[in-house]
Amino acid sequence: MTPRGPGLLAWAERRLPSLTRLRPREPLPIHLHRRRIYIVPTGFGLGFSLLLAVMLLGALNYTNNAALGLTCLLGSAVVGSMLVAFRTLNGLVVGGMRTDSVRAGSPARVSLDVSAPQRIRTAIRLDVEGVQQVFTVRPGQPALVEFPLETSFRGWLPLPRLRIHTRWPMGLFRAWSWLHPDQAILVYPRAEALGPAPMVPSGDADRGRPRAGDELASLREYRAGDPRRQIAWKLSARHHSLLVKDLEQPAPQDDWRLDWDAMHGLDDESRIARLARWVDEARDSGRRWSLRLPDAYFDIAQGDEHYHRCMTALALRP
Amino acid sequence: MTGFRRSLRRPPVDPTTIGRRAFDLLCITMGFLLLVHATHLPSWLTGALATVLALRWRHRRRGGKKVPTLIKLPMLALLLAAIVLHYGTLFGRDPGSAFAVGLLVLKLLESERVRDARVGVAFACFGLMSALLFGQGLVASGIVSLGLFPALATLRALENPDADIAGWSIQWKPVLLSLLASIPLSIFAFLFIPRLGSPLWGAPDSGQAATGLSDRLAPGRMLDLMTDDTPAMHITFDGPPPPNAQRYFRAYVMQWFDGNEWTPGSHATRRPPAQAEYGRRIAYHAAVEPSHDRVLPLLDMPTLAPPDTVLGPDRTVRSNRRIDDVVNVSALAALDYRLEPTLDDSVRHDNLALPVGAGPRARALASSWSQRFGSNSTAIVQAALAMFHDGFSYTLAPEPLGGDRIDDFLFQTKQGYCEHFASSFTFLMRAAGIPARVVTGYQGGYWNDRAHYLLVRRSDAHAWSEVWLDGRGWVRIDPTAAVRPERVQLGAAAAAIGQRDGWLDTPWIREMRDRWDVVNQWWNRGVIGFDSLRQQGMLQPFGVDHADVTDLAVVLAIGCSLLVTIALGWAIFQRREGDALDAWMRRLERKLARAGVARRTSEGPKHFLTRAARALPAQRNALERLCELYLRSRYAHDEPPPESIRAFGHAVRELKARRVVK
Repeated sequence: MTPRGPGLLAWAERRLPSLTRLRPREPLPIHLHRRRIYIVPTGFGLGFSLLLAVMLLGALNYTNNAALGLTCLLGSAVVGSMLVAFRTLNGLVVGGMRTDSVRAGSPARVSLDVSAPQRIRTAIRLDVEGVQQVFTVRPGQPALVEFPLETSFRGWLPLPRLRIHTRWPMGLFRAWSWLHPDQAILVYPRAEALGPAPMVPSGDADRGRPRAGDELASLREYRAGDPRRQIAWKLSARHHSLLVKDLEQPAPQDDWRLDWDAMHGLDDESRIARLARWVDEARDSGRRWSLRLPDAYFDIAQGDEHYHRCMTALALRP
Repeated sequence: MTGFRRSLRRPPVDPTTIGRRAFDLLCITMGFLLLVHATHLPSWLTGALATVLALRWRHRRRGGKKVPTLIKLPMLALLLAAIVLHYGTLFGRDPGSAFAVGLLVLKLLESERVRDARVGVAFACFGLMSALLFGQGLVASGIVSLGLFPALATLRALENPDADIAGWSIQWKPVLLSLLASIPLSIFAFLFIPRLGSPLWGAPDSGQAATGLSDRLAPGRMLDLMTDDTPAMHITFDGPPPPNAQRYFRAYVMQWFDGNEWTPGSHATRRPPAQAEYGRRIAYHAAVEPSHDRVLPLLDMPTLAPPDTVLGPDRTVRSNRRIDDVVNVSALAALDYRLEPTLDDSVRHDNLALPVGAGPRARALASSWSQRFGSNSTAIVQAALAMFHDGFSYTLAPEPLGGDRIDDFLFQTKQGYCEHFASSFTFLMRAAGIPARVVTGYQGGYWNDRAHYLLVRRSDAHAWSEVWLDGRGWVRIDPTAAVRPERVQLGAAAAAIGQRDGWLDTPWIREMRDRWDVVNQWWNRGVIGFDSLRQQGMLQPFGVDHADVTDLAVVLAIGCSLLVTIALGWAIFQRREGDALDAWMRRLERKLARAGVARRTSEGPKHFLTRAARALPAQRNALERLCELYLRSRYAHDEPPPESIRAFGHAVRELKARRVVK
């Protein structure tokens, strides 16, 4: 909306909540209908109307009926364009919302599903926090409108008020409707950048050293002292030298038992940031982990589902 | 996911720059504007602007940006200088519109933003309208209104993010539809917008020379007119048209002769209209084409001044406003009349005056007649007409006349057209002591049998004489008729036949010209001639005899609101999705919702109806049957068969769902 006098705006917000941003939250899907679509002429529309008035006056003054007819035709087309602008929004359905998991501090990519049952809707614009998306909705082919949303803090981020509007067809009128979907995005906590690895309770000294096992790890040249039963006789026959099968047991990565209470001397946010980093690292390195929070416990497991459960719990810590 | 991918694929375009297609359309708009103004712009200016337009289009097509100010400013100065040099001024209709068109084309040089394009289109619309000030004929108006297409298409393309990839038909068809849909409202507005009784500011200073009859009759002055086939008037008669020999349209009466040219005389307008007695009268309606003059040629003899006009002392009619547009006049004419039975002494003196020294041989001839016939004026007139009939010939290309034009014509060349005959005849009459004067106007005309109107062309211009005879008043004498009766019987074209190209008169071309003239006539009377008078009479069928501005404004407001409401109904109306079965299902949903069981979003029909059956035990059987009917009609076939839709609908109607009081 174009900025107006503060008094007028306040009055409008009070008297016409659906006209302005005070519209209460509502669940998706939102159907746009005539009671919530508003139309005002754009600046260009006002200028054009002024020009039409001048044309009208000129035609009347010079009693030029052909010019008057042309002016009337143009004026009627302008009136018609107002209705077309309304029709572009009328019946539009804002359906579901989708979003990726997002970290606090990085923009969330939110996509809204906008569909129209009957006819093509051209040049629909969606304003989200000053960023505008232009798209066209074809019948039976919902448009997925993606927009970035700044996140700053973990937890539920409610969708801001969105303005869906159009200047179609001629830019003379702007039809708009405010959307305030009752939807929120879960923002995962920001992981700390640097920090210690979690305490591993066993404190094993030779952690990471390969141990002999049953699985074939690699082939290598024979060295004196290698046990004879490890020589790969068949393969060695095709080579000039003896090859030895290196067998080893994959080092069992230690499970991380992440515990809220094990961290001392840190405030809550730092603990959350550190735990988030550990959960990330655990998932990236493919190890198993458990997470104990003051009010929840996630038993040792791995995989995406476990990860998202843990991160959700961290994000939603009070 | 198509939408998602689309949003990623679209190249990052600055939304405030004009798209390629929009710029093409903008160039077409400006080109069209140039075209409709080309009729009055000097051709070098049209050519130069068209070149600039084409170059700029190519320049931007090849990725060029804004043209630098270093080029722009000199071009602007050049335009200004050229217009001032050519027209002598920057103000007025012609230089003003030339400057405006030039500015709009030069505006393209710096048009990069959507904003520029919009301003350009808006002023192009204004420019289209101003082109109509130069002529509002049917063809001109049609061509100018075609200019709305590229203008509106440009505005659409500026809005449409997909304009560059859409086909050309997408650009035109919706514009056509929207303009067609605007026609009812625009016709209504056109009819009821109150016309101004008098202009708010001066009428355009149309530098056009008055074309048509002139208020002076000098050698050769009428010749241009007599070869100009442009329509001058269209006349319809209430009743049968008068015979050709009585179709004299009186424009100017000239009493003052200086030996070379005839003029009305300076004191001609001070007296009241001359007394007249009328016999048979006929009523007729004339649509007078613009002559850029005030004179209104009316059929002899006008009995009353039509509204907004003044009847002169010599019974010529002048309009209060210059005729710059088609004027529709209804008037009465007396075919038999007696004009000014008693002649005032001063008038008699004026109409006997002769320039000193002119035409000595003619004076001698006239005095010989007056000696021979004495006071028998009729005999003198007959003698003069007999002289013309016997020794003179009619031609549109006479030999040039020497110093004394009267004597030269009467005794040397003896050939000429109406102007010569009327002039010398009047001279002879005055010399013989009979008050006489020259009248110019139109004579004859072409009777269009298809549409029953008389078409008077400029080539029908004519000059004749009036002599005052005792007891009969002013009597019309047409000396040309004595020389060439066809001129009066058949019209100027027939009289001059053999001296003009004949191919335009082949029957089928004449037929086409007739038809075309009917259409033009319709446009001129119905559209251009729709003035405040006719507007005021428009509400007569509804009991308002004289609709004033308030009445018209009320009707305009009511009618426009009504039409817009109808359009609004169209805008709000939305066809519901689905077939007849869905419609019945929606009705069932409404019924059940009233009974307290509303269907939830994303609830299937089976689940919903089962829930309803549980909630409304009284209708349990009916609801279960409905559920079964619906599922069978919907899912057992590709298309639900009509009979099962009927059965379902019947069951929905039968269902009497009432809220259960728990």
